[in-house]
Amino acid sequence: MKTAFIDFTRGLWEQIPPFRLVLGLCPTLAVTSSVTGGVGMGIATTFVLVCSNVLISLLRPVIHPKVRIAVYIVIIATFVVFVEMAMQAWAYPVYQLLGIFIPLIVVNCIIFGRAEAFASKNNVLRSFADGLGMGLGFTLSLAVIGLFRELLGSGAIAGKAVFGPSFLPCTLMAKAPGAFITIGCFLAIMNGIDLRKRGIK
Amino acid sequence: MMEAAIVIFSAVFVNNILLARYLGNCPFCGVSKSLSSAWGMGIAVIFVITIATATTWIIHHFILDPLHLSYLQTIVFILVIATLVQLVEFFLQKNAVALYQSLGIYLPLITTNCAVLGVAILAIKNNYGFIMSVFFAAASAFGFLLALLCMAGIRQRLETVILPRPFRGTAITLIIAGIMALAFYGFSGMDATLSSLVHH
Repeated sequence: MKTAFIDFTRGLWEQIPPFRLVLGLCPTLAVTSSVTGGVGMGIATTFVLVCSNVLISLLRPVIHPKVRIAVYIVIIATFVVFVEMAMQAWAYPVYQLLGIFIPLIVVNCIIFGRAEAFASKNNVLRSFADGLGMGLGFTLSLAVIGLFRELLGSGAIAGKAVFGPSFLPCTLMAKAPGAFITIGCFLAIMNGIDLRKRGIK
Repeated sequence: MMEAAIVIFSAVFVNNILLARYLGNCPFCGVSKSLSSAWGMGIAVIFVITIATATTWIIHHFILDPLHLSYLQTIVFILVIATLVQLVEFFLQKNAVALYQSLGIYLPLITTNCAVLGVAILAIKNNYGFIMSVFFAAASAFGFLLALLCMAGIRQRLETVILPRPFRGTAITLIIAGIMALAFYGFSGMDATLSSLVHH
């Protein structure tokens, strides 16, 4: 139980994706022009990550190591199809906002990376905790980046204007250049904190 | 003819797959350290994206659509791409050893390159015909090569510069990508202008 808790918290700070674990940059760049997009993507990814981690961990004894990559792809793709259909049915505006990045969860390196590095070696409870931690960490990162970009790029939080009519938004922040620069700076800040902790200036 | 030219121009510059569509950023950060590996990866991606889009187009329009199985698109496409990458690898290993040795290490990485699946899905979404899809795929992949080469050139120069520690590695790569995206942002809207000029 205790090890599972440690596995859970690891994804929330120590190895928080996509900063400490630099994987899954494409969705991070693409969907964070608003908080809603970031959180929607985060939740969808968390669902797929938890389900695939649990199933892969359960099937550990029967998956032959030589065909494991193909099996993982089929498992992950199945859950992505679930999410795609569920979002079409119950969260259509978010589905439209995220566009092709929902099917592209299949090729999100975080999910594949956790399957290969964690779920294929550990028991169900620990894999579940790891998937949940990593997924929530990813959601948190996307929400923070989304908040920052939406605030500067369109002067709003989750679609509601906060600065009043005189605010002139920096539209570029909501577009591609803003995405790259914001995430680059966030990454540098995280690196800075890390270096300072280790006593290197 | 004009239409194809606009699709190609749009895919390379206006909607550059890396800098405007945010697809394929993992290899963009990973293999842009030297020009030679950027060439290898870029050529391999052109090869795979073009073949994969042609194959998935055929599968979508002749198998999935007639059988009303479009909801299986994601799962079928990723399997097709994974198999295709393997086949291309075997084929090159047997018939083009020199090419295999230079591209070999990049091929397995391409399966999880979201640009491949992304372009295949976009070609279906945009309702392109077969020829147009192939043009679109090849042009998108060429845009990928172009951006990757620019980045590799910049990063090679950057090796001689002393950077603040926290910015080294992926952080500075992303910021440079942002500035490049700013340059490419100047093309935005040009495809619409061109197509309206052609139609009048």
